Amino acid sequence: MLTTSLILLPVVGALLVAVLPLPRLTTAGLAFLVALLEVALWIVAAGRFDFDDPALQLGTSREWVESLGISYTVGFYGFSLWLAGATVIVCAAAIGYALWVGRDRPRAYHALMLLLTGAVVATFAAQDLLLFYVAFEAMLIPLYVLVGVWGGARRIAATLTFVVYTMAGSLLMLASVVAYGVTQGTFSLQEPGTSANTWIFLGFAIAFAVKAPLFPLHGWLPLAYREAPVEVAAVLSAIVSKTAVYGFLVIVLPRFPEPVDDFTGLILALSAAGLVYGSLLAFRAPDLRGIVAYSSLAQMGLITLGLFALNDLGLSGAVLQSVAHALVSTTMFLLVGMVERRCGTGDLDALGGMARGRPILATVLLTAGMIALAVPGSVTFAGEFLIMTGVYAEGWGYSVVVALAIVLAAMYTLRLISAVLHVRPGPAVRDEALDLRPVELGLLLPLVACLIALSVWPALVSESAFWRGTPAAIVEEEP
Amino acid sequence: MIETPSVDWLALSPTLALLAASIVALLAAVLVGPWLRKPIAAAAAFTGFGAATICAVVVYVDTERPAFVLEESLTRDRLAALAQVLLALTGAVVVLVSWAERRREEHGEYYALLAAAGAGMLFFVGAGNLMTLFLGLEWFSLCLYILVAFDRERATSLEAGLKYLIVGGFGSAVLLFGAALVYGATGELGFSQIAAAEAGGDAFLVAGLAMVIAGLAFKMSAAPFHMWTPDVYQGAPTSVTAFMSAATKIAALVVTLRVLVTAFPDESETWTIAVAVLAVISLAWGNLAALAQSDVKRLLAYSSISHAGFMLIAVAAGTERGAESLLFYLVPYAAMSVGAFAVVAARERELETDVRLESLAGLGWERPFYGIALWVFMLGMAGFPLTGGFFGKLFVFSAAYDAGDWWLVIVGVAATALSLAYYLNVVRWVYMRTGPELRVAPAGGSPPRDSALGVAVGAAVAVTIGSFFAAQPLLDLASDAASQLPF
Repeated sequence: MLTTSLILLPVVGALLVAVLPLPRLTTAGLAFLVALLEVALWIVAAGRFDFDDPALQLGTSREWVESLGISYTVGFYGFSLWLAGATVIVCAAAIGYALWVGRDRPRAYHALMLLLTGAVVATFAAQDLLLFYVAFEAMLIPLYVLVGVWGGARRIAATLTFVVYTMAGSLLMLASVVAYGVTQGTFSLQEPGTSANTWIFLGFAIAFAVKAPLFPLHGWLPLAYREAPVEVAAVLSAIVSKTAVYGFLVIVLPRFPEPVDDFTGLILALSAAGLVYGSLLAFRAPDLRGIVAYSSLAQMGLITLGLFALNDLGLSGAVLQSVAHALVSTTMFLLVGMVERRCGTGDLDALGGMARGRPILATVLLTAGMIALAVPGSVTFAGEFLIMTGVYAEGWGYSVVVALAIVLAAMYTLRLISAVLHVRPGPAVRDEALDLRPVELGLLLPLVACLIALSVWPALVSESAFWRGTPAAIVEEEP
Repeated sequence: MIETPSVDWLALSPTLALLAASIVALLAAVLVGPWLRKPIAAAAAFTGFGAATICAVVVYVDTERPAFVLEESLTRDRLAALAQVLLALTGAVVVLVSWAERRREEHGEYYALLAAAGAGMLFFVGAGNLMTLFLGLEWFSLCLYILVAFDRERATSLEAGLKYLIVGGFGSAVLLFGAALVYGATGELGFSQIAAAEAGGDAFLVAGLAMVIAGLAFKMSAAPFHMWTPDVYQGAPTSVTAFMSAATKIAALVVTLRVLVTAFPDESETWTIAVAVLAVISLAWGNLAALAQSDVKRLLAYSSISHAGFMLIAVAAGTERGAESLLFYLVPYAAMSVGAFAVVAARERELETDVRLESLAGLGWERPFYGIALWVFMLGMAGFPLTGGFFGKLFVFSAAYDAGDWWLVIVGVAATALSLAYYLNVVRWVYMRTGPELRVAPAGGSPPRDSALGVAVGAAVAVTIGSFFAAQPLLDLASDAASQLPF
């Protein structure tokens, strides 16, 4: 019941926001309130969750289409609960930011944001293959309009490439869903059963690789992240990408043991390549959004390395890093948005010197940046360390790549920080440009606080993501 | 004392109800004053479709096992009854769509023809032998020829009527010739007797079968027999297009399924391949051509060709599961199709011009209800989740996969990917091209009041979304109907 309410609350909120004839600010306020209620509901759910119990929890199951074995089955495991938690927090921050900047056509905008929240939570809760597909696709509908209507100058091109890429992946997945479901006789992910069919495996793997995105299927990423409204870009990179992680965790790894074995080498190599390539692009990107966008590509490569290490350390690290990256990426994107609003541009050449007289901005950006570049002691360092040790079992070369990536992350993050805060004052930085306002700080502080809390206690996520700390069980046994 | 055959009036009641409505509407055109003609005729047609729905529901509930009516001329089974329910509901919605059509006179004739076409289709889906098959086909086709050309003051409407008449007549002739060959090969007219005649391998029978399929393919506008579709859909009055795109397709596909399964079970290896080829051509042609369209009615015409392809995949499976998924697919398809044309009609009446893609600019913001509705229909046609179109495609694909036609699944998925380009393009025009230079609606004016159309669109949205959440009950109805076919 609780899980269903967690899915339905934002959907109902979206309908209310869309239908009620409220003034602009009240509409956005109502949406923000719903998003905060969603966070509260998630906290209640987390409170009831028993992290020592390996079974599906807070679950509900109802028949939907019996003749094909399709059911509405939702529930959480440790890792999916953490991913859902990141979702509700990130969405609340994004909706809060949209409220602060006062997006046009607030009824449509906020209704779509809430729908997106509901769809992502449903994706993380889905325990039926078809329900997962439905939720996975349902995310696309609001995203399409959010980017296409409220995006920047090249928004139409951005939506087009985004939709073409993701739909190509999704339709491959649909073919795989049909093939898998029909051969198994059920779509439920609670039933045991594996498949050795490479084609079905590839349908899923490619769909998730596009969504993440993983190198070399990231063609939609730069345009979409640059043209989307900044808080939508935050949601895209922070949590929509993590639905791919979830897909790998509940579908690809446990259901296709043999194809996974065959393809592990290739996927690891591509992930490592993506990690380095994304980091280098981030280092060369001429604008703020480019840096954050390409760093997301790199981080997704890192997370996939952890996943396909196929051992306890790698999988726990991947989940920890997913949650951490969701929070880091949102913080960074919102900060980028705040800087862009002050200066009217995100070009690094036109920025600089913003630290002088703006201590709060400098402090928050520096803190978030330090966590982003995985300074030892931070949650991202913990995640990267777990992944690095995990993937060592697959070959020491991968660990070297991860270590190299940490250095590269330091390079591009420091470049971003110094280009905004230090050097000489850029032409776009006017003296009147304000420091962070209390509202903006209010949006960022909870995110940073979560990051610091996780930095102090990363085991909160990494040791409770899988039952009794044996994540590799999902690969070896039936869930 | 002359012996009269006993007639199962209940089985005939849906058809008769619509015929009666047609007569009332026609009398209204002659007997009452001009100001009363439209309300009376429309009310008669609406009531007729409503009564036909109720009668068909009764027949559905009451038919435990299939039976023949009047020797084997008509079949009374749940397949026919379900198709009749769908057709009658479609007709009722189309009456609502037609209500505010700008037309000065001849309302009585219009609604009389609509009801008569509906009666013909209801008769057609119950056909039990080759004679009634042809009779039903001609019955509704003749009505449609006139309806397409109904806007006499528009040259495009007349042209469309003529095209439809010539090409449709050719299609009917092919069907008739095929029927003659089948009769020649077997000496039988009734579908089950043809099957029992066991004339397998006879060249005449195979040629006849091919021509029957071709004749029916003309009606359902499956490629390569679709040439008339874009012109006719574009030229016909939009409410007639809405009726044709949904109802003609339902009737033609259900009858194709029935004829192939009941009359030609021995040739199933031949016709499954033929139908699969038709499906692939329709999917390819419909989707590719739709990409290049800028007139919305033409675009929807090509989209309807590609939908014929999807539904033919279900027929090509040649299994009960295929039949079931075809019947399910028809429900959201009919709703989306009528709904989309209804929104086009609304825009047409507002702007008083043909609706091209650029005339949709800003629709979503100026007329939020129609905008959201069109969005829902486009996503549904593209097979997005949260609409019945998704389950339609899913069931069709799983039936095909189950029957071993995995290559048809691949073609279907590729076609879906292609179709997204033009469906999402419509959504893009509706929402993303706003701005003063694109404000095509008359400035400051409110749209013409048309609550009947609003109700029709609302009903179509409800069915499109409802068939997603209530997929199982609908599938149960479909599988009850499909189980009465001799698989």
